[in-house]
Amino acid sequence: MEYVAQQIINALSFGAEYALLALGLAIVFSVMGLVNFAHGEVIAVGGYTMVAFAALVTANPWIIVIGAIAAATLTSVALERVAFRPVRYADPTTGLLTAFGVSIVLQNLFLLFISPRPIAVTSLYFLDAPVTVFGIQISSLQIFESITILVVIMGLVLFLQKTTAGLAMRAASLDFEMVRLTGIRANRVFALAFLISGLLAGLACIFIMARRGSVDPHFGFNPVLKAFVACVVGGFGSLPGAVLGGFLLGAIEVGMLVMLPQEYGGLKDAFVFGIIALVLIWRPDGILSPAKEKGDKL
Amino acid sequence: MLDIQNLRVSHGPIEAVHGISLQVGAGQCVVLLGPNGAGKTSTISAICGVAQATGVIRLEGDDLTRVSVEDRIQRGIAVSPEGRRIFSNLSVEANLRIGGGIRANKGAVQDDIDRWFETFPILGERRNQPGGTLSGGEQQMLAIARALMSKPKILLLDEPSLGLAPRIVAQVFELIAQLRADGMTILLVEQNARQALRISDYAYLLNNGQVQAEGTNETLGGSENMMANLTGLG
Repeated sequence: MEYVAQQIINALSFGAEYALLALGLAIVFSVMGLVNFAHGEVIAVGGYTMVAFAALVTANPWIIVIGAIAAATLTSVALERVAFRPVRYADPTTGLLTAFGVSIVLQNLFLLFISPRPIAVTSLYFLDAPVTVFGIQISSLQIFESITILVVIMGLVLFLQKTTAGLAMRAASLDFEMVRLTGIRANRVFALAFLISGLLAGLACIFIMARRGSVDPHFGFNPVLKAFVACVVGGFGSLPGAVLGGFLLGAIEVGMLVMLPQEYGGLKDAFVFGIIALVLIWRPDGILSPAKEKGDKL
Repeated sequence: MLDIQNLRVSHGPIEAVHGISLQVGAGQCVVLLGPNGAGKTSTISAICGVAQATGVIRLEGDDLTRVSVEDRIQRGIAVSPEGRRIFSNLSVEANLRIGGGIRANKGAVQDDIDRWFETFPILGERRNQPGGTLSGGEQQMLAIARALMSKPKILLLDEPSLGLAPRIVAQVFELIAQLRADGMTILLVEQNARQALRISDYAYLLNNGQVQAEGTNETLGGSENMMANLTGLG
């Protein structure tokens, strides 16, 4: 019983992390139809900022955390301005290639100017302390992750439903040109999408760093892959889909870890992607894919 | 108010409008008539800045040629586009709020929204429903209301009667006539020539991207044969 409860909590905390990552991709995709594969490098910038802060500025973990979130957010906004704005109205393939290009350039900058080897940051280990809740041993990190994703989801829902900027972002996901035709500036909507995406990347970065404890140039690859898969499963462009896809991916991964016999452990990913393939056969556009325009288009 | 000289509009390599000139005076309702493919919607798109165009477009004397789409709207152009383009994933009220998104005074925006819900009780009843669940006529009213939420100087209406039942078309024209009576400057694109001419001060007849004729209701309405030839609707 305790074992089952523990695994459920594991699945939830992995799911929360994937959901956080997937939301970062989905919010940009929903507005400009761009799969931002450089999202992983934004997360890595957060990681390197932690390294720099820990080595040069302070040992106070909260300042380090805030620095990482700020750095990721600024990086994301800067990438929009420098790399993605010029190709905004180009073919989606151009945007995708730009994202790959940005990703490769940033990885090489990390390699050249920082180090090809992993650099450790130990100041976040305190986040990962064991706690006992109702007789179940879990990590405090799992609690933090679950609380963070809850706060993020509530914050996003409020923002997207109550503010004009949020409404404009949702409208933009359907008909960007019409949003411009109401006079709302496209530049602001895009910058805002990247700002939120960067904020989410910064938050995700903290949890990944707290778990792994080190950052290297390819730090962002795995997270962005998980985020991409979660988005595809949930339905690309749908924010609830990104959250659902993230939690589903977490559940499938933990489920496979638990259920596969020891000797098949190495095949975990194969089984995970096999299940995801089945989900996609059932729902080719993802589970919560945004409804196609059925309205009065003449 | 709006002064267009020698406007050429292209969609990629194809030129749809070959150098037209037209004027809309303050408080006037001017109608652009013409068959499918005449270049009416291209003209509207060019005025908004979303189509590639050359020529001069002036709003109250200011040259808009190099002005971005957003700035044109902020300077006082509003559009109810072809196909209405309601944000079907947002509530009726949210559609109106986005329409008033460029105004600083949010209290006044809310007052205007409430006023529209009084004018069109059906929209008020459905204020929290997604815009996509409205009927075509209701969507058209919402599209016009959304455009007017920005407090424009000139309202561009692109085929507001398209695809609507005759009874609803009459309501749409009634609304346009009311707006004109209230002093709104309107550029109306229509295929529904008779009804459009009745509520307009001046008309331009477009065919194959050129102005074939222009005049008031009386001068154009008299030449029924020419109308029939050009629009197939006379």
